[in-house]
Amino acid sequence: MSALLEFSAVSHAYGARRVIDSMSFSLQDGEIGCLLGGSGCGKTTVLRCIAGFETLGEGEIRLSGRVLADAAMAVPAHQREIGMVFQDYALFPHLTVEDNIGFGLSALARSERKSRVAAMLALVGLVSYAKNYPHELSGGQQQRVALARALATRPRLLLLDEPFSNLDVDLRERLSREVRDILKHEGVSAILVTHDQHEAFAVADKVGVMQGGALLQWATPYQLYHEPVSRYVANFIGQGVLVPGKVSGPRCLTLEVGEFCGLLPLGFAGGDTVDVLLRPDDVVHDDASEQTAVVVDKVFRGADFHYTLALPSGQHVLAQVGSHHNHAIGESIGIRLELDHLIAFKRE
Amino acid sequence: MDFSQIIPALPDLMDGMWLTLKLMVMAVVGGVVLGTVLALLRLSSNPVLSGLAKAYVNIFRSVPLLLVIIWFYLAVPMLLNWITGEFVAVGAFTSCLVAFMMFEAAYYCEIVRAGIQSIAKGQVNAAYALGMTYGQAMRLVVLPQAFRKMMPLLLQQSIILFQDTSLVYAVGLMDFLSSARSRGDILGLPHEFLLFAGLIYFVVSFAASRGVKHLQKRLAV
Repeated sequence: MSALLEFSAVSHAYGARRVIDSMSFSLQDGEIGCLLGGSGCGKTTVLRCIAGFETLGEGEIRLSGRVLADAAMAVPAHQREIGMVFQDYALFPHLTVEDNIGFGLSALARSERKSRVAAMLALVGLVSYAKNYPHELSGGQQQRVALARALATRPRLLLLDEPFSNLDVDLRERLSREVRDILKHEGVSAILVTHDQHEAFAVADKVGVMQGGALLQWATPYQLYHEPVSRYVANFIGQGVLVPGKVSGPRCLTLEVGEFCGLLPLGFAGGDTVDVLLRPDDVVHDDASEQTAVVVDKVFRGADFHYTLALPSGQHVLAQVGSHHNHAIGESIGIRLELDHLIAFKRE
Repeated sequence: MDFSQIIPALPDLMDGMWLTLKLMVMAVVGGVVLGTVLALLRLSSNPVLSGLAKAYVNIFRSVPLLLVIIWFYLAVPMLLNWITGEFVAVGAFTSCLVAFMMFEAAYYCEIVRAGIQSIAKGQVNAAYALGMTYGQAMRLVVLPQAFRKMMPLLLQQSIILFQDTSLVYAVGLMDFLSSARSRGDILGLPHEFLLFAGLIYFVVSFAASRGVKHLQKRLAV
């Protein structure tokens, strides 16, 4: 299967400042990808390059095998058949909801256009708002109009630039699932840009973590969480602490609390001292365990507790424990480590 | 003071007002169209096009309107003669209309340019992402919004134009002011007729200004 979008060794600079540094990734047909990173990491510039609002310094972008842009040429944005949902939605304030959605459909016959607009309104659940103007709608509704407008023209790829950042948290979570369902239902491939990990995990099939214009890792959310390739990714995605360990075999490490062996070779020489990633869900509360740790701090989150525990050496670890196990600070509790995914980084 | 003679003179004065209004409306329409084209040229990324538009605006904003009117009265027939190769009679009205259109276009250009620049760049990008060309994006997205925003300024400029049309006396056109003046001179009542003309200009301009203010408030909401 060949990729729908191939983003190959692309670099882009604003003046002397390099914002994308020889970055590559590809997206399969029907897949939803997400670029995740802090502000200024270059993620939005990547979208703008794909959409055709920026020219490339180096590299090449292909859509279904056809070159969209390289250092020498660029297909104009309006000929790329790539839809975009903007961070501020960029709805046309002088047009009604239905005219906004039908805006890109001028090539269709009137009746076809009408039925497409009606289908889009139904898809995003805004049938009764067809005649309203954008400023009469709530943020979430405007967001849906922007999505319907972008999908109406049946783009080959949809780009979403921080689509949920202007919404409150409740709505953000609901809408991000809704958007995923809509995209999957329509069979549309998409790339989303966000700084919010929960959003990325909720919507995307593949997530790329960006830092300083470079793509550090492009993988499924599961892999990113359990098999981060670098210290930065490990820290950026999810919670966890790094504890010291000694390499005791090709796949094995000795920690303060015992020896653990992973499924994959670690790539370190025996005897090396390394930092081992312990996620809160790797540390399991077990009353039967002989290994104990002292509760230093706890955060009640409803369905579970996040305990900060001190191992006998004083090393702190995080543990996610079901909410029925309510232990007091200072109490000693039994723990066990479940380290199927043994991740270690060279000591710095 | 004897204002009683104004009433019998009203039909003549109405003819003058008709000419004033006709000149104004046509000059506004032509000036806005030409001004919009100039604004698009000024915003063009092509340095030659934007340079030409900029030069046009600077030239017309740096010369007196009266001079432009007189100059066009003399130059337009010459120019047409030169283009068509034969002598074409151009009336004072046509030459004045061309002068006003071209002069006002320089002012309208700056208003339209500011209006276009006030529309967020994202609007154009959104239109591109929906498959629109530059022309479609301008025509369907940017200009409709820009004109809505700059309507008060365009109307204000048009009220100034309404007053400036009185300068056509220089080439002998009988607009409202000219007909009032000539009537007053003929009847030996110049003060009364000029006062009356001034009152009419004031009433029309002031009422229009209030109307624009009202519109501005409504558009701002």
